[in-house]
Amino acid sequence: MNDILKGALVQLGAVDPDEYSKAFAHWRRDSELMRLMDASTTRLDSQKNTQKTIEKELEDQKVNQYFFTIRTLAEDKLIGDIGLNIVNWAGRDAFVGLGIGERDFWGRGYGTDAMKAILRYAFMEVNLRRVTLTVFEYNPRAIRSYEKAGFRHEGRMRGFLNREGKRWDELFMGILREEWMENNGNK
Amino acid sequence: MFDITTQLFEGKDIRFGPMDHEKDPEIESKWTHDAGFMRMYEIEPARPMSAAMLKKQYEKLEKQIEEEKDLYYFTIRAKADDRLIGKALIRWIEWTNGNCYIHLGIGSADDRRKGFGAQALGMLIRFAFAELNLFRVSARIPEYNEAAIALFKKFGFVEEVRRRQALDRDGRRWDLVVFGLLKDEWVNQAQV
Amino acid sequence: MKDLFRGELVRLTAEEPDVRAKVEVHWQRDTEFHRLADSNPAGMESEKKLKAWFEKRNEDGFKPERYPFSVRTLDEDKLIGFFGLWLDLIYNEAWVGIGIGEREFWGKGYGTDMMKLCLQYAFTELNVHRVSLGLHAYNPRALRSYEKAGFRLEGRTRGDVARGGEHHDSLWMGILREEWILMQNGEPQ
Repeated sequence: MNDILKGALVQLGAVDPDEYSKAFAHWRRDSELMRLMDASTTRLDSQKNTQKTIEKELEDQKVNQYFFTIRTLAEDKLIGDIGLNIVNWAGRDAFVGLGIGERDFWGRGYGTDAMKAILRYAFMEVNLRRVTLTVFEYNPRAIRSYEKAGFRHEGRMRGFLNREGKRWDELFMGILREEWMENNGNK
Repeated sequence: MFDITTQLFEGKDIRFGPMDHEKDPEIESKWTHDAGFMRMYEIEPARPMSAAMLKKQYEKLEKQIEEEKDLYYFTIRAKADDRLIGKALIRWIEWTNGNCYIHLGIGSADDRRKGFGAQALGMLIRFAFAELNLFRVSARIPEYNEAAIALFKKFGFVEEVRRRQALDRDGRRWDLVVFGLLKDEWVNQAQV
Repeated sequence: MKDLFRGELVRLTAEEPDVRAKVEVHWQRDTEFHRLADSNPAGMESEKKLKAWFEKRNEDGFKPERYPFSVRTLDEDKLIGFFGLWLDLIYNEAWVGIGIGEREFWGKGYGTDMMKLCLQYAFTELNVHRVSLGLHAYNPRALRSYEKAGFRLEGRTRGDVARGGEHHDSLWMGILREEWILMQNGEPQ
């Protein structure tokens, strides 16, 4: 059985509330990052409060959520997080959310590698049939990364976001098990 | 087989121990980050756990042991330095029926292929029959875990049930196999 | 879209805790029923405790891995039994527990109708890949009924259950989605 939590550049790992909340509180201060990742109003939060929220989310995790930290294989550095949220078991469909908090690791393939690892996990371990994601139209780097990981465009919610005095679309992308299997066979 | 002099928890190179809430979580956390191992050891999806999460899990287990009384949980430790090398469980014990399931794993690749698993399995079976007075021991093994299947067969387990395509993993379906060993069979083996 | 909750003899329901608890007390008095359906020692619980249990199940809300149903006759709307599906979400497998507590309804096709609805729900609404069940080797009527429904015997765990001073085997059966679909299309097994 392959170690499917390991990619070429990153490893998906467990969330240690203490370490993760420290990192996340730090990343939150980067408003560009937050506005790329999150549709909700960007705000700051204390580390302690972040930790409480995370601990609660971890407790609620259970059967519908698979949430991981992203660590570099080279130096075991915590650089971001990625998670699957199964919305419908009968349909076996999940939403995936990815964020690379450390700017130095943007645009270097780390995000794509993490996404590849989680897709393999989604299709080979949790046995899902499709994975969905949403991405903002003003985030072309992410859109390219997701296309590279195999996602196809499925539509857009027009004018969903209101930021910097302009309306922006939220794009929906999806990948089906059959499509992924075709390109990734059994490795 | 009334023999109280043979130690139940001491093997040749390994021994059974209780959980060590201080030292074990760190080591076990590493195992959980090795999905290659986890997918052999567990049928649930591999999920890495931090030492903190494992500490909580240990507490939950101790609560279950106390309240449900259907679980015996042993750590497998190297006799030389008392290092945690694996886990050995007798679980889902149905006292009125006299049956249980056995489960064990050696967490780190360096410790495998050294006979520790066989030593642990022998001790576990002995405990189930000679100390818990059970009538039968079962084991549930995915068909892709050939090493485990070979080990259990060596100890006399008989393949009893093949649950077809019950597992879906790594892009294909696998059978889940249930093995059983009855007390009389074990007693006869021991006498041979 | 067909009505998944309606069969030819029975319909599926969700009952109020007090109603469900009342019949459960009644069924628990029948130890033959219990010993055919269950491998735990027979016992009897108070109506109060059972009601609290059913109430808690309601409070806990719907869980994606659990689908319990009560069963009433179409004829007289009598609450005669239950079945439950327990899902392994990852492997898309459902375990069935099924029982008719009212003895007068044994051997009259009600169980068959219930199992039909159960499998239809499992394969066309829950979309599982296989349905499994276990039974006592000393329950030949159930074995025949399940075989007719399409389950195949996959094995027998020897001496699994101790009862009446003896050890009895448990039988394990399973039906795969492809097999069920073939049956629906009227093709021979």
